[in-house]
This record gives sequence, structure tokens and C-alpha cells, in this order.
Amino acid sequence: MPAARKNRDQPWLMRTYSGHSSARASNALYRTNLAKGQTGLSVAFDLPTQTGYDADSPLARGEVGKVGVPISSIEDMDQLFDQIPLDQMNTSMTINATAAWLLSLYIGLAQRRGIDPTRLSGTTQNDIIKEYLSRGTYIYPPGPSMRLIADTINYTVRHVPKWNPTNICSYHLQEAGATPVQELAYALCTAMAVLDRVKASGEIASEAFPQVVERISFFVNAGIRFVEECCKLRAFGEMWDELTLSRYQVADPKLRRFRYGVQVNSLGLTEPQPENNVQRIVLEMMSVVLSKRARARAIQLPAWNEAMGLPRPWDQQWALRMQQVMAFETDLLEYDDILDGSPVIAAKVSELIEGAKREIENVEAQGGIIAAIESGYIKRELVGSHMNRLRAIESGDLKIIGVNCFQETAESPLTVGSDGAIMKTDPAAEREQIERLQAHRKNRNDAEVRAALQGLSDAARSGENIMPSSIRCALAGVSTGEWGDSLRAVFGEFRPPTGIDIAIDSREVLGKKDRVTDLRTRVASTGNALGRPLKLLVGKPGLDGHSNGAEQVAVKARDVGFEVVYDGIRLTPQQIAQAAQEEGVHMVGLSILSGSHMELVESVLQELRLRDLSNVPVIAGGIIPREDADKLVALGVRAVYTPKDFNLNAIMEDMVNVIRECNGLERFALPQ
Amino acid sequence: MSPVNPVNLPDPEQLAVRIMRGERAAVASGLNLLDNKLAEARNRSASLLASLTGERWLNDGHLIGVTGPPGAGKSSLVSAMIREWRLSGRTVGVLAVDPSSRPELGGGALLGDRIRIKNSSHDEGLFIRSLANRNQLGGVATEVWPMSWLLLACFDIVVIETVGVGQTEIDIAEIGDTVCYVAQPASGDTIQYLKSGIIEIPDIFAVNKSDLGAPARKTASEIGRSASRQDRRENWDYPVCLVSATMNTGIKPFHDHFDRHRKFLANAGLLDKLRIRHQSAWVMRLLKEEFGTFGLELAGGQTVIGERLRENRFNQFEEYERMRKHILSRFLSVNQPSSLTTKEHLDEQIIV
Repeated sequence: MPAARKNRDQPWLMRTYSGHSSARASNALYRTNLAKGQTGLSVAFDLPTQTGYDADSPLARGEVGKVGVPISSIEDMDQLFDQIPLDQMNTSMTINATAAWLLSLYIGLAQRRGIDPTRLSGTTQNDIIKEYLSRGTYIYPPGPSMRLIADTINYTVRHVPKWNPTNICSYHLQEAGATPVQELAYALCTAMAVLDRVKASGEIASEAFPQVVERISFFVNAGIRFVEECCKLRAFGEMWDELTLSRYQVADPKLRRFRYGVQVNSLGLTEPQPENNVQRIVLEMMSVVLSKRARARAIQLPAWNEAMGLPRPWDQQWALRMQQVMAFETDLLEYDDILDGSPVIAAKVSELIEGAKREIENVEAQGGIIAAIESGYIKRELVGSHMNRLRAIESGDLKIIGVNCFQETAESPLTVGSDGAIMKTDPAAEREQIERLQAHRKNRNDAEVRAALQGLSDAARSGENIMPSSIRCALAGVSTGEWGDSLRAVFGEFRPPTGIDIAIDSREVLGKKDRVTDLRTRVASTGNALGRPLKLLVGKPGLDGHSNGAEQVAVKARDVGFEVVYDGIRLTPQQIAQAAQEEGVHMVGLSILSGSHMELVESVLQELRLRDLSNVPVIAGGIIPREDADKLVALGVRAVYTPKDFNLNAIMEDMVNVIRECNGLERFALPQ
Repeated sequence: MSPVNPVNLPDPEQLAVRIMRGERAAVASGLNLLDNKLAEARNRSASLLASLTGERWLNDGHLIGVTGPPGAGKSSLVSAMIREWRLSGRTVGVLAVDPSSRPELGGGALLGDRIRIKNSSHDEGLFIRSLANRNQLGGVATEVWPMSWLLLACFDIVVIETVGVGQTEIDIAEIGDTVCYVAQPASGDTIQYLKSGIIEIPDIFAVNKSDLGAPARKTASEIGRSASRQDRRENWDYPVCLVSATMNTGIKPFHDHFDRHRKFLANAGLLDKLRIRHQSAWVMRLLKEEFGTFGLELAGGQTVIGERLRENRFNQFEEYERMRKHILSRFLSVNQPSSLTTKEHLDEQIIV
């Protein structure tokens, strides 16, 4: 076997999306990962940090340190990067609504350590637009959000030139159900909206504008249909090249390159037979490295057990090793683009480009991406695509091994450990973080804090760039919640579109007709027996904004005849119980994906009892490990649905039976 | 399987006392009862309404209907109005009505107004119930009438929000003391309705999204011109307000018109007349819905019923309950007793 060629291409940046419990614990994890050959960092923040709340805010209860690291002030940032040289590291931060703040903390920390910010490199995700469509960690309305994005771009282009200030995300669009064509179209529309906004701000001279265009990078998803995905990335490159030339007159082709990072698809990872996720992840990675012209700049891979809970260090190591085998063992990096000249690939790329161009024209005709989001158009399109996917899984047209076919399995030795093969966050993390934050508040100079916050409010009102005053806040020891609240007071908070906007016409996507007709009869007759139509409350307690699952259940329940009160995201347990009472519902459905299900569901049950509503059944859905599901049932939850319950009709049948049982009616038999 | 009643129904008299004390749990349970179609629940609903009714209804509170085309921003505007009322210490009950899907599509509904109306903080002085219109003729579910009167027994302000698509406005005008129409800038809907005369003229107009500038001002002036119709009330000026719920501008002057209109109705002696007329219309409609024209004849026909309601104008629901029982007994004497009671459970029997 010949030795590897010497002049191989440089591999991409290898990262693992991680962070949990506390800055100290995450720092230890980062240093271990770097020692294992990881070449960049990818910071996961907890939900209070992502949505601009302090750890001791009532809304943050149960969420501190759960899905990522809590960063309450510059002191936490300092601890997170303890013994990590900022000028040599490439740090990616998955942060959006509070991106300007976390970047300010990072720049402030560099200044404090005597490092010139021009030497910092990395990425802030900072694509707030997609937060309205998926993910849901928005804070402010679209107008101020666009302004925050523009401010960070305007600032970094001049003062932190190696930074990627925004990572336009098609990733989350795919998670929300987008087809490749929709992904291409909506991501490029978002990029245009951002660039247009920066241009309109007039802060950058027009001769320097190509540098702004060059700093726009993308964050892309790659699914299991890897040939099509590979073509999608080639299409992205071609379309971006054309668009930056024609719309923004960028003459230098180097500045027109489509630069992107990848996290491969989590939507397709399965809870049954989770070991199969390993080959899924490798195949998905293939699509973003295969074609040299369309190769990713940075890759982070999920762990095989992500659908079950938080991965352990060993699981993350396995994901990193997949990248290393691809980069260092295979001969992939020895060749030029191996897909150039293939007529099959070229035809598929053109097909995708044509479809995407049509959809871009469609969105532009509606006044651009912001208008199309505000009118609910994009959300309806995505929910429609997602329902199509679910229907295909239900019908078996879309095969998912171990889920809707080949379900037989021997017992897996991978999942038998006493830890259930997942990691638990430190239960003391929340209390410790609150103590740490409260101690920090006592240790800072109050006059400086007040002056810095005043400067921030003034900048927010006057329209002056938000970054200098935010960096001053960072250095003064302002907390994440104080920064978030100051801007909330000026910008207001975004209210999501009404439930009507997710009311798509789903006649086409209901699944098997007989079963739906049967379900509708069951729902209607149970309503008749109880005297009024069945009414369901769907809501998400806590800060987690991934609303796709809750919306699917709401739409499906509406379609089989429920009257559904959709109460949206970021609810306190008290609000949910109050809504259940005021609305007179027959059932409460909770969706939680942040891992805070134990605390949140328990609080909801307690609030319901306080209102004498313990007879209203509660069901829960989300990424909930089996062991926790059993505990929830013991607490009084009537049913727990996890990603392995993909059949919405079966969930609906079960829900009707739960309501019947709770009201002294006999259960319906299983359908034939 | 014989029809059993699995639902625990509350005692109407006790419930009425608790509702008038403003207990939230009782309000919720009262609304559930008024929504319930089981025969026993209908009996108890009638008693509940009879126990709640009285002179207070003709003097206190303010019943406000807000309607307008989809997308005009009604919920956001209602949310801004609620903020003002709550700041002035008044309690608010809201009925938010959304359309149901067609019966052949399952008849379900997605009720999303609650998200837009509620404030992010917990508020004991605000109560929101979402309702589906259940495809009923006129666009507003029959249940809205009694529910709004129940809320009036314990909240200072009661707001009914409906989507205005064609006929809905007819109904809302027959419920509210004050009807507000929220218009969408640069849309001709409002003016068309006004000119066609199919709606009673709303008392207050709001042109939302005034931040759009010229199109909003144009729509406002067009409405101002079109609102001169014969059914205008003398001495009321039918204000047209430019507001922006999202920018929070123009809300205060707009809001002041509601109090002004209520004072106008009270001073002109119109408020009780209006409410008596609305209650009569509802009682008539409910009797007709339950028993048909034949049933109305059994009670002496529309004219006689109308007279009896006018005689007992402070307690029309008591009168309603009496007439209902009367018709029921007459019905049972001409029909087989089983047919009425089992009808409710026919579907259930087919399934089980």
C-alpha cells in the first residue's frame, strides 16, 4: 500500500459542539478535546445565556447549564477559556439573539488579557432570522434583530477582521423540514437581507463592501441523501458566486467563495438501534467533504446517542475520530474535485439551482425574507414539508432502518450501562451558578456598571453601533440578564405569529385516510359523550424554543378534530396551569427538548394541583430518556412520547384514550 | 350501552355565588358548563344564567366587541388595550374566537390568539378563554352570548374578539355595547362592508399599522367619509383612530373613546335598552336552535315570547328557563320521551 501523498490538502477545522453545567466543567472538557486532536472549539451555551436571562431569573429555573454552558459575565468567559490562548484558538459560538453580547465578552476578555482583538478568529452564529422559523431563541422583534446583526458585522469588519460575524444558517431550516431547494432559497434570501441591511447602514464605504461580503459565512446541514446533499453544496457555491457578483459587484472571485461550516443532520438520528447513527453520521459527512470545490471549512459531528440525551466525552471522541479517519486515513484529500465533469451531478445541481431561483423570486416578490416570515409564508411552507416527511415515514415510503422497517434487534451492549449510555448534567450546577453570579454582583463597581448600562441604552436608542458600549459593559462586569433587559426595554420583545400561521391545509399530508376518518369519529364521539368538543392545550415550558414538535402535534390534533389552544414557547409552569384553567381543556400537552423535563413537568403538575386541576391529564413529549419517562409517569404524567414515537396517528389515538380513561369512559380498542 | 353521565357537573346556584365573588376556578367551571351540550348541563346552564342575572347586568361593566379582517392585528391591539385597562386597575375578561375547520375536515380548530393577547407576566386581573366558532351561522358560536354575560358578572371589561369575514360583524354587533372595527391599511374590505350596509355601523374604528404612513391615513379618511349612514346614532361621532399596536402609538386617545362611548350610551339611556334587546335576541335564537320553529309555536310563537321577555326584562334568563321547561314538557307529551335524551349519545353508541 503506498504511503499517503505529501502534498495533501489541509483538512477542515474539526470541532465538537459542547459545553454543559459550568464554565469550569466545560473548560476541562475543551482542553481534553483539544488534546485529542480537535482543531477548533464550538461552544454550546445554555438557554438562559441564549435568551438573555440571568441564572437567577424565574424563567431560567431548571435550564441553567442544561443544553450548554452558562455564561453570566466576563468572569465566566475567563473561566471557560482558562489556559486556552485566545489568539491561537478558532472559536465558534452557537449564539444568536445575544451574539453581540457574547462577542463583546470575548473581545473584552482578549483586551483584559492584553491580546489585540485583530488576532481573534472564530464565528458567532448570529443568524437571528432563522430563530423565528426554527430553534426559537429570539428575543427582540425582526427590525432590532437585523440591526444587531448589522452592528456586529460593521464592527468586526473594521476591528476584528478575522472574525466571521454571522453564520447564515440553512442548518435549522432542514431540521424544521426544509427540502434542499427551500434550504438554498431561504438561506440565500437571508444572506441578501443581511447584506442589504449592512449596506443601508452606510457605516462601511462602498469600496470596502466586498470585504463585508467575504466575511459572510454559512452554517449548513447535511442529511442522509448524500448525493443530493453534495449537489446542494455545489449549488450553494455556484449561486453565491453569481449573486455576490451581480448583486454586490464583488470583482475578486476569492471574496465570492462560499464558505461554510457543517453540523450533520440530527433530525434523522434515531433512538431505536442508536448504533446505526454512526454510519448515518459518516455518510452525511461524506456529502460535505467529497467535492473539493464545495468542501466544508469546519465540521462538527453529533454523537451517535444524541437522540437519547447528552453525549458523554467518549461519545464525542468517537465523533471526532470519524472526522480524523476521513481526513488522515482515506486518500480523499489527495485529489482535485472528483465530481467535476460528471453529467449526473451537473444535472442535479442545475435542477436544484433552478428550483431555488424560482423560490427566491417568489420570496422577493413578497417583499423579501423578513416580510415572508412576518406573513407566516415561510413557516407554512416549512411545516408543510415537515408534515410530508412525517407522512412518508408513517406510510413507509421513507424508510428509516430500525424505526419503520427492520425493527428486530439483539440487545445492544452499548446501551446497557447503568448510566443509560448518556451523561447527566451536574444537578448542583444551577445553584452554584446562581451563587457565583450573586457573588460577582457584589464584587463589581456599581457606578461603573450603571454608567456602562446607560451607555448601552443610549446607543440602542440613538442607533449608534451597539458593540463599543457592549464591550464597555463586558469590562464593567455587567451580567447577561442586565444586557438582555436593557435592550428589551428599548427594542421590546418579539411576539410569535398567531397559531393560525401554523395552520396549514394538511388534507394532503394526513396519512392513511381510513385511520384519520376513524380518529375523527373517535374524537367527535368522545367530545359528544363529555358534552363539548375535546380541547387540548399545547405549550412549551422553560426556555427551549424548538417548537417544531409541539407545532406538529398541534396541527395534527386540529386535523383530527381537537380544539387546540397553542400557547407557544417560553412559558412558566404557572402560566401553563393558568391557561389550562382559563381555557377549560381536557388535556395538557407539554413539549421539552432541553433536558429540563423533570423539574419543569413536576412544577406544572404541582401548579395544576394548586388549582384543583389534578384530574386534567398531562402528557409530555421530547428527548426524554426511558428512566426519566418512568419517573414522570410515577409523578402522574399520563403518557410520555419520545422521538421513537414517530406515528402521530398512534399518538392521537392514545391521547383520546387517556382523556376517556380520565373521564370514566371506556378505552377504544386498537384499530384493526 | 345506556348513556351515562360521566361528567361531574357543578351546582349552578353555588357556582353563581362563587362567580360573583370573582373566583377564577368558578369562572372557568361556569364557562365549561355553558359550553356543555349534555341535556343535564343545559338545564344547569339555564339555572346558572338565571342566578347570575339581575340589574347589575344592565348597569355595570362594559361589553366590547372587536372585529376586523384577518391580519389586521386585532390581537396585538387588544393586548395594548388590556395593558391600559390593567394600568388603570380594571379587570378584563376576554373571549377570543377563531374559526373552526370545515366539518368534513374534522371540525377542529387551532386557537392561537392567547399567545398574542397575554402579557408575558402572570396577571390575576386578566382572564382569557379561546373559542372555536364551530362553523355556526353568523360566525360567532352561540356559546359566546352566555359566556360574555357570565364574564360581565365578575370583570370590569369584557372583550370579545372575532375574525371579521363577512357575516361575523352582524353577530358581534348584536352582542357588544361598543363595537370596534379594526381595519387593515390599504384594504377596501371595511369600506365595502360599510357601503353595502350589511353591517351595523361600528362605534369606533381603528386603522392599525399606522406606522405604514400614507396608506393608513388614506384608509382612515375613506372610512370617515363612508361612515355617514342613516343608522347612525345621533350625538355619537364614530371616531376613526390611527393606531399602531406594534409601535405602541395612538393607543391612549383610541382607548379613551371606549369609556366615552359607554358614558354616551348610559347618559342617553341606551345601555340597558341595548342589552335587553341583545338578550332577547339571544334567548329567541337559542330556543329556536334547540326546538325549531315548531318549538317556538309550542311556547306561543315569537310575538308572545318577545312580549314575555320584555315583561321580565331584568331577568330574561329566568324567563328563558321557564319557557324552555314549558316547551320541553310540551315536546315530551307529543313525542316519545326517549328520542330527545338519547339523541345526544347516538354517535357514541355507534362507535362503542
